[in-house]
Amino acid sequence: MASAEPAAPRGESSGAARLFAAPLSLLMRMIDWPMSALQRLIGERRMAYAFLLPNIVFFGLFVFLPLIINVVFSVTGGTALFPSQRPYVGGEQYAYLFDCGSFLDPNSCREDHFWRGVSNTARFTVFQVTAMVLFSLVTAVVLNMKIKARGFFRAVYFFPVLLSPVVVALTWKWILQRDGLLNAGITALGGERILFLVDPSWAMFWIVFVSVWAHMGFYTLILLAGLQAIPADLYEAAEMDATPRWRVFWRITLPLLWPNMIVVIVLALIKGVQTFDEVFVLTGGGPGTATLMVVHYIYETAFSNQVQNFGLAAAASVVLGLVLFALTLAQLAASNRKGAA
Amino acid sequence: MSLVTKLATARRKPGRWHWTDVAAYAYLALGVVLMFGPVAWLAMSSFKTQAGLLEFPPSLLPMSQREVVVAGHAQPLPLFEVTMPDGSTRVLAQVRRIGIQAQMVDPANPAEVIRVPIDKRTLVREFKLATENYTEPLERFAFMRFLWNSVFVTVVATIITLIINSMAAYALSIYEFRGKNTVMLMVIGTLMIPITIILVPVYLVVTELGLVNSLWAVILPGAATPTGVFLLRQYMLTLPRDLIEAARMDKASEWQIYWRIVMPLAMPALAVLAIFSVMWRWNEFLWPLAVLTKTESYTLQIGLNAFQGELQTQWHYLLAMTVVTLLPVALVFVFLQRFITTGIANTGMK
Repeated sequence: MASAEPAAPRGESSGAARLFAAPLSLLMRMIDWPMSALQRLIGERRMAYAFLLPNIVFFGLFVFLPLIINVVFSVTGGTALFPSQRPYVGGEQYAYLFDCGSFLDPNSCREDHFWRGVSNTARFTVFQVTAMVLFSLVTAVVLNMKIKARGFFRAVYFFPVLLSPVVVALTWKWILQRDGLLNAGITALGGERILFLVDPSWAMFWIVFVSVWAHMGFYTLILLAGLQAIPADLYEAAEMDATPRWRVFWRITLPLLWPNMIVVIVLALIKGVQTFDEVFVLTGGGPGTATLMVVHYIYETAFSNQVQNFGLAAAASVVLGLVLFALTLAQLAASNRKGAA
Repeated sequence: MSLVTKLATARRKPGRWHWTDVAAYAYLALGVVLMFGPVAWLAMSSFKTQAGLLEFPPSLLPMSQREVVVAGHAQPLPLFEVTMPDGSTRVLAQVRRIGIQAQMVDPANPAEVIRVPIDKRTLVREFKLATENYTEPLERFAFMRFLWNSVFVTVVATIITLIINSMAAYALSIYEFRGKNTVMLMVIGTLMIPITIILVPVYLVVTELGLVNSLWAVILPGAATPTGVFLLRQYMLTLPRDLIEAARMDKASEWQIYWRIVMPLAMPALAVLAIFSVMWRWNEFLWPLAVLTKTESYTLQIGLNAFQGELQTQWHYLLAMTVVTLLPVALVFVFLQRFITTGIANTGMK
């Protein structure tokens, strides 16, 4: 795939790259003509705006405009897609979403699926972030030890990061199914087969497990970079004093790694709250609604339900957006502290 | 010394084993099994026949029963190894099974029927790759269509991403102009807006543009990426200004400077962004799922997801198609791992 890209690192001299480069450079020469004319007209310094224009158009059309329309959707009702055909309903969508007897019990809410999604996502995120931080920390520390074949082992832990969520989910679905590898192992050891994706608690366990399996390598890399930035003479001094290893870890490694840990925690939180792909393919939100996530709820409400309720989906995404905004502020605060440290 | 013995004897200081060394290697060994195992199992399973996949407990390698064509029988007959009453073993073909008795024939002498109790025979199995799992979906499903759609989206989107983001990065790194800080702030702002929270309005925009069910609906919304602008701008800031000034002296237009001077120099950063873009686009799921509703416009990921709903029992096709989907990413990983890992370490993006 990558060798077909014009900008592939070694592509300059290869035949495939030349095949791509020829029409591309012709195109660029054609663009040069109006661009030069424009430059004569507005001067070279204002050309900056011309270079920015395509990006601004894309950002505007697909990010800024949608942000505004999202709010418009969330305060209008009906099933029409075009805002001009949607009646204004004020805060009704939000009121409907938040109409709950008790926020701790999804069954007491009018829109129980949303709250089930909230509660599942919250549980998932807590478990997943905890496991993610723990395992990526252990892996990073182990990879940072004086081990042989470090590059190989780093690659082993990293490669699932690049797999598509569908591939990840199907790989595990094949292992977890009734007659799958795991159940074969269990029966070989004399146990009973377990229907992993039919039992609600097991399903939650496995989506956390699979998601940690798939994304751990990314966070391990961030922590590994942090570990490698710790000055080696600190460790040498500790070794001279014959300090026990656990003490070295507790007193030197962990405090100096803390800024990276915070980045990992916040990034994992931001990703965790938006979990959808792997869970959708692995469990489809099931059994029942045991693994239904907030993003899954939004997708379902807007696109896959019989009645497409865009207003409600938009209101739910505004709520999700606010949560993400708060988490992002936390991230910025954390990375500022990292810069200061 | 082989790698295994090297690994087994590796330690911090020769002659001194600390328990943490043992624990570290145990952890790494477990990691290899846990991380590689599932994918290896997927790949091995994808070469099993449909009957082979239904076996429980499953065999490790793709094995299938050996069959033989015997004169007088239309269908090929399965071969069994039979323990005869006198203790010798013979390889016989089974004609039919009645209760606990099997009627068998010697392929060399098909006229004589031998009755054998079924517990006295075992299937003769051989290692065989069921490559039809890979070839049949190509004919029977729209698999090639999905593959082509994915390749098209990935290549076109990556080219557009590289061009428009490098243009913006060029403007933000080379020029001083009014509103530069505002633009930078806007770019930072969009960093925190994932597609998950603007799904509905982007769908509206795409509908207004008449792009629903077209591949452009997948390509365009993600083309301008703030991470890409950042990555490229950071790199372009390090380029020597003299070169650009010299080019201006030589009456090169700004576009020529961008295309002829800055772009070639920014190749390392462009390569990183290209690799990331390929990964993003090849693996993208939620947005294509929302916007592509016609089978002929499905990308590979969406098609695979649709298959797993329809083909519940046809794991042999599903597994093979999953392996095909995984292959390009595996190749990219094998050849460009170093680029990717340093890219992530430097930018903290994925």
